[in-house]
Amino acid sequence: MKTNKGNILAGACLAAFGLYVIFVASKLPYVSEVEPGPGFFPLWLGIGLMSCASYLVLSSFSAFTKESPSDSLTWPAAGRAVVAWCGLMLAIALFDWIGFSASFVILTVFLIVALDRRPLLPSIGVAIGLAVGFHLLFGLALNVSLPAGRWGL
Amino acid sequence: MAALENLLLGFAVALTPINLLWCLVGVILGTVVGVLPGLGPAATIAMLLPLTLKMDHTTAIIALAGIFYGARYGGSTTSILLNIPGESSSVVTCLDGYQLARQGRAGAALGISAIASFIAGTVGILGLMLIAPPLARFALRFAPPEYFGLMVLGLAMVVFLAGKSMIKALLAMLVGLWIATIGTDLFTAESRFTFGQVKLLGGVDFIAATVGIFAIAEVLVNLESRGGAELFKISKGLRNLLPTLQDLRDCRFAFLNGSLVGFFVGALPGAGATVASFLSYGIEKAFSRHPEKFGTGVIEGVAAPEGANNADASGALVPLLTLGIPGGNTTAILLGGLILWGYKPGPLLIQEHPELFWGLVASMYIGNVLLLILNIPLVPLFAQILRLPYYVLYPLILGISVVGVYSVNNSLFDVWMMGLFGLLGYLMRKLGFPAAALILGMVLGDGLERALRQSLMMSQGDIAILINRPISGILLLITVGLLCLPAIRKVRSWRISAVEQEG
Repeated sequence: MKTNKGNILAGACLAAFGLYVIFVASKLPYVSEVEPGPGFFPLWLGIGLMSCASYLVLSSFSAFTKESPSDSLTWPAAGRAVVAWCGLMLAIALFDWIGFSASFVILTVFLIVALDRRPLLPSIGVAIGLAVGFHLLFGLALNVSLPAGRWGL
Repeated sequence: MAALENLLLGFAVALTPINLLWCLVGVILGTVVGVLPGLGPAATIAMLLPLTLKMDHTTAIIALAGIFYGARYGGSTTSILLNIPGESSSVVTCLDGYQLARQGRAGAALGISAIASFIAGTVGILGLMLIAPPLARFALRFAPPEYFGLMVLGLAMVVFLAGKSMIKALLAMLVGLWIATIGTDLFTAESRFTFGQVKLLGGVDFIAATVGIFAIAEVLVNLESRGGAELFKISKGLRNLLPTLQDLRDCRFAFLNGSLVGFFVGALPGAGATVASFLSYGIEKAFSRHPEKFGTGVIEGVAAPEGANNADASGALVPLLTLGIPGGNTTAILLGGLILWGYKPGPLLIQEHPELFWGLVASMYIGNVLLLILNIPLVPLFAQILRLPYYVLYPLILGISVVGVYSVNNSLFDVWMMGLFGLLGYLMRKLGFPAAALILGMVLGDGLERALRQSLMMSQGDIAILINRPISGILLLITVGLLCLPAIRKVRSWRISAVEQEG
């Protein structure tokens, strides 16, 4: 048995979030003329969230729960995933500027070179191949609109 | 007799060239997804859901269901050849399947797996066909309090079985219910939790959320590590892939066991294919004349769990199509799909849209035959999919996810939401919060709130209406009992071992 920091952190965040839900819901009408109002359901959700999250924090502190090492967040392994997620979000931000195809090429090269440690040139080849494939399949064959950038790419 | 007539109608729908083609595409895609460790049917269906919006709805459900049950066939390939389960429901297949492969009987193991899947899949469809219509007729008596009780029970079942920690599953479900409240209140048109964003007035886009939580999170989890494994060689030729007559004789009970256990466990919300496969393996071992040999390469040890995880797919469709209550990730996404296409999943679905229900049932018969034909001779080919480099696969999944989510509303906002939900899904997995509970909360949230508020309107604010009516009272009593069960030590240890198998 051990105290799990991940549980405590998650529980604390969810308890704070529950408080926020209660705060917002309390500003909405709890009852209307003939039925429960729009604040009724979220208010009880917020109370439930805060109660359960508090229980999670307290039980983790008092080591009531048995947790295996795999349950806790392992930061060195998570680093690669977080970097990949940042790359994805950056690519989404770029959609608005340079469009889907160019952003996708950059994202793919980044994932292959930075995370998979593959040589640059073949990675560019794979990225361009995939982007062309997407354009042909979705853009031309299926007539699905792809995000277009400000420069019309 | 009526069932037979309806089934004939279903075959008339399923045998049209376009439905036949999409059934084939669905089962092949499902098999491929099942073969690939790290890409499940839930993520695939979530990714492809946007592309189905322009399709005929019956064709779309036939294709998506094909992915759902096709993945169960493919999941055994990696379990047997690599000792890596393609799906969590194939974990138990590793025990004897991999040992058989080491003894040079990979072909027989893969063959018996396909045959067991076919038999159990067919029995499961029979069960779906016979049980779903009367259950839907019974559910026609339901009013808002009964629906409330039913949805609460469905959520409680998922909370009970979805994660190692019930409190985490409960929290995930509550967050899902909260996400469902985002947007304009249906009764008063008041906006809630929109953070000043006009685009959130219509609520969180279901596709963006599910693609993020399943597909993006799956890629992120898999990107944590690098590396591959060596495949066992499969002998070429059909004869090497067919089990012997003795194998088939040994598996007689396993076929029946897998079919029945899989179907009935599948029909329970929250239980899932993994529990079904472990349970049928346990039963097989308990009744075997040589239980000590299990784990060393016994052919029944492959047939029972593989049968169970296929029959489970049909069982899982029973509560989905009759009550509108999904039992897990994939069925929750299918429910979301039905709602997006404009259907009201529930007891009236079969009556109002017989072509959809019976077309699906008939397509599942056809799909099972296609899978048997495809799987026995094409197993070596499907196994080659494992050689697809991950540095190509993951960008491909990310690209399909982006294009799919963007194409629904041509909205970059939805793509941003997908990214955020991707991070949420990843953190949930790392911290042990079950995604199934969150998705179920999201899908059922609107209906649950509506049923509760309508019930309170009926009783002029008296909450006792929920327990005074017999059906809702019984459903809520079962819910309370279910949530209190872990207090009993034996039940708690059983629950934890069941969900550990699921994870």
